[in-house]
Amino acid sequence: MTDELGAFALYFALALSGVQVLASAVGRLKKNATLRGAGEGAALAAFLAIALAFAALMHAFVTSDFSVLNVAANSHTDKPLLYKVAAVWGSHEGSMLLWCLALTGFGMAVAVFGQGLPSGLKALTVATQGGLGLLFIGYTAFASNPFVRLAAAPVEGASLNPILQDPFLAIHPPFLYAGYVGFSVVFSLAVAALIEGRVDAAWARWVRPWTLAAWSCLTVGITLGSFWAYYELGWGGWWFWDPVENASFMPWLVGAALLHSSIVTEKRGALAGWTAFLALAAFTFSMLGAFLVRSGVLTSVHAFAVDPKRGVILLAILAVAAGSAFALFAWRAPGLRGQGGLFAPVSREGALVLNNLFFAAATLTVALGTLYPLIRQALTGEAISVGAPYYALTFAPIMAACLIILPAGPLLAWKRADALGAAQRLSAAAVLALAAALLGFFVLQPDKLGPAVGLAIGTWLIAGSLTELIVRIRLGQVPGAEVLRRLGGLPRGQWGMTLAHAGLGVFVLGAAFETSGRIDAAEVLSIGQSLSVGQYRLTLKSVSPVDGPNYAAERAVLAVTGPGGAAPDVTPERRFYPANRQTTSQVAIQRRGASDLYVVVGERREGRRPGWLVRAYWNPWARLIFGGPILMALGGLVSLSDRRLRLGVGARAARRTQSPLAGAAH
Amino acid sequence: MAFLPKSRKARRRLMVAAVAAPILALAVGLSLYAMGDAAVFFYSPKMAADRHVPPGRTVRLGGLVEPGSLIKTPDGAVYFAVTDKMATDKVVFKGDLPDLFREGQGVVAEGAFGRDGVFHAREVLAKHDERYMPKEVADALKRSGQWRGDGAGPVNYSKALR
Repeated sequence: MTDELGAFALYFALALSGVQVLASAVGRLKKNATLRGAGEGAALAAFLAIALAFAALMHAFVTSDFSVLNVAANSHTDKPLLYKVAAVWGSHEGSMLLWCLALTGFGMAVAVFGQGLPSGLKALTVATQGGLGLLFIGYTAFASNPFVRLAAAPVEGASLNPILQDPFLAIHPPFLYAGYVGFSVVFSLAVAALIEGRVDAAWARWVRPWTLAAWSCLTVGITLGSFWAYYELGWGGWWFWDPVENASFMPWLVGAALLHSSIVTEKRGALAGWTAFLALAAFTFSMLGAFLVRSGVLTSVHAFAVDPKRGVILLAILAVAAGSAFALFAWRAPGLRGQGGLFAPVSREGALVLNNLFFAAATLTVALGTLYPLIRQALTGEAISVGAPYYALTFAPIMAACLIILPAGPLLAWKRADALGAAQRLSAAAVLALAAALLGFFVLQPDKLGPAVGLAIGTWLIAGSLTELIVRIRLGQVPGAEVLRRLGGLPRGQWGMTLAHAGLGVFVLGAAFETSGRIDAAEVLSIGQSLSVGQYRLTLKSVSPVDGPNYAAERAVLAVTGPGGAAPDVTPERRFYPANRQTTSQVAIQRRGASDLYVVVGERREGRRPGWLVRAYWNPWARLIFGGPILMALGGLVSLSDRRLRLGVGARAARRTQSPLAGAAH
Repeated sequence: MAFLPKSRKARRRLMVAAVAAPILALAVGLSLYAMGDAAVFFYSPKMAADRHVPPGRTVRLGGLVEPGSLIKTPDGAVYFAVTDKMATDKVVFKGDLPDLFREGQGVVAEGAFGRDGVFHAREVLAKHDERYMPKEVADALKRSGQWRGDGAGPVNYSKALR
């Protein structure tokens, strides 16, 4: 019964999206407030209908209703409750429903919370959001309906793939989708502004909070996914430049560029066309990601396998949505009368333009690396794959250049800045960075250059961000009480930026250290034998069977002795899931400060004495890789809570003339 | 500087273009250069033999694991043969095979041929689902006429690195 209700709610949401488009668009044309209100009501109702469908699907999973094909294929009665819930978005169909939930949720948010938006702009935004809803809900309802029933319900389900049964992976898709789909709001705002013919500072003030929210969620989503790959897959790596990872990384890069360019549009009214372009591009890359992951064109660890026909439909959706949006852009953008202020090459605007160029170039290299193999295979039939060496040659130097200029940007004034003054203020940070590089070069043993460069850039970013904070509170120039007063008076946006930039520095430190300083060892061990990895020595004490809720495991216990004497034992497992006839490795990770001792146990090897292949990694500073992005996402959230972005403030500011807000940070 | 445009706006635009063009050109140039250098080609054993892949070049070798060819030695090395039913290559891999590595099923190994013609794998990808086959393997088998119907189901590779 609930399944029928869910299926009905899904079709109903589709119809409501249609109403949303029509009522909002006609309401805008006829300047009719009642119709506009009806459009907003439809947006709210569409969200409620999708939420109902989602709840119905979750009910089917929680009660193990195997008469639903999707549940039978992805669930099992033995599975813990958390994974029954997570299995809702573990499959292609269910995750499309989650996508629709996020899409209608954001549409509802614009309709309900967007009171300050000019009514015409708001109506068109709601209409565009409804149009996207029509495409994606239509696709879900007709091409990948999660409520399809089985004629004969099986007694037991096929269960969710065991490597997906993990708490981090369970919460990773909701964040990721909130990020992907969050960009739909700026997409709709850009389409609406292009139709209205007004892309200005007031518009950018509306773009920024949505971009911040989406980008922060995407950052958390990607980080959780990366952390999952790190400890669940048991390869010790955290980023593989896998096409699916790139598919989530490209919208992130474009979103980061948009965050910065919208500052220029908001404060100075310049770069309006470019900001609108990025707003369209961010969601276009989200849709491209959805196509790549779901079309079956990729060979990837993370891809869903779906039938290629569905891929063609997704490609058509991408072509319709992005194609019409960019056509609109090409048509309307030349007519945008930029009242943008002029600026000298050395200025805050100049630095942000340079930032955007680097981000665009970086996105270009990632897009080429992801798409070129596909295009080449389609044209010549030759299969190639592009991995880390390609990105080390292209993405890394471009990003390094971007990071080197980063700390200077916030120290430059708008319009025309004093480059020499900024350089003087950064001299302390530069000295620190150089010292860190030299220290790294002479102290670190196995691989010098990589960590030395990483250490320098990471220190430079962190010290540079703090320098800007110190300059702003005039530390050391004015009495302590005045410093504290200034510290308290800093806008949240300022704190957010400092956190995000310093977080990037933390990430660079971790990535450089982990990548070049990793030590690994693998040996077949019998009971009592040991192996060394870095300064640690692991001794296999015992291997014994353990029963889990839906698996049977072999648990190895290894004693650890490190430089500080004996450490707690590590217990990696090898789990067998009978429902899938599949074995997975449960990695044991022992955190030592910011570094990880990472141990995987392999299968039993018969020999004169039975042994187990034990692989151990010493991953120095690995935790910084995940801590840094979390700081960045926090920075985004702190920035989002800034008073000038809060409800109503944007509207008041918009009603005022284009006067830049006095004393604001950016 | 008489050749510069008169309007300040146009000058600014020119300036942005002058900075943007080299950065974007550099990005594309680097990408194309790296693509030639760092791209890894996929071959089935027959294709690898036809193309005379030089020893030491990193490639991906894909096909079916020949039944009965798997040997595991106590020192941790694994030997198996990859076949596309027209040619067969011996593969050696030091480490644990991915969890769903099976004889008779699809596999992709990344590594290089040695001078002796044995493929030294650094990484082995096997599928996580009986019904699915790596796309490259399926294409190669289709080309050699050994294809046995389409599969569907979640694609999940398990991967082993060495």
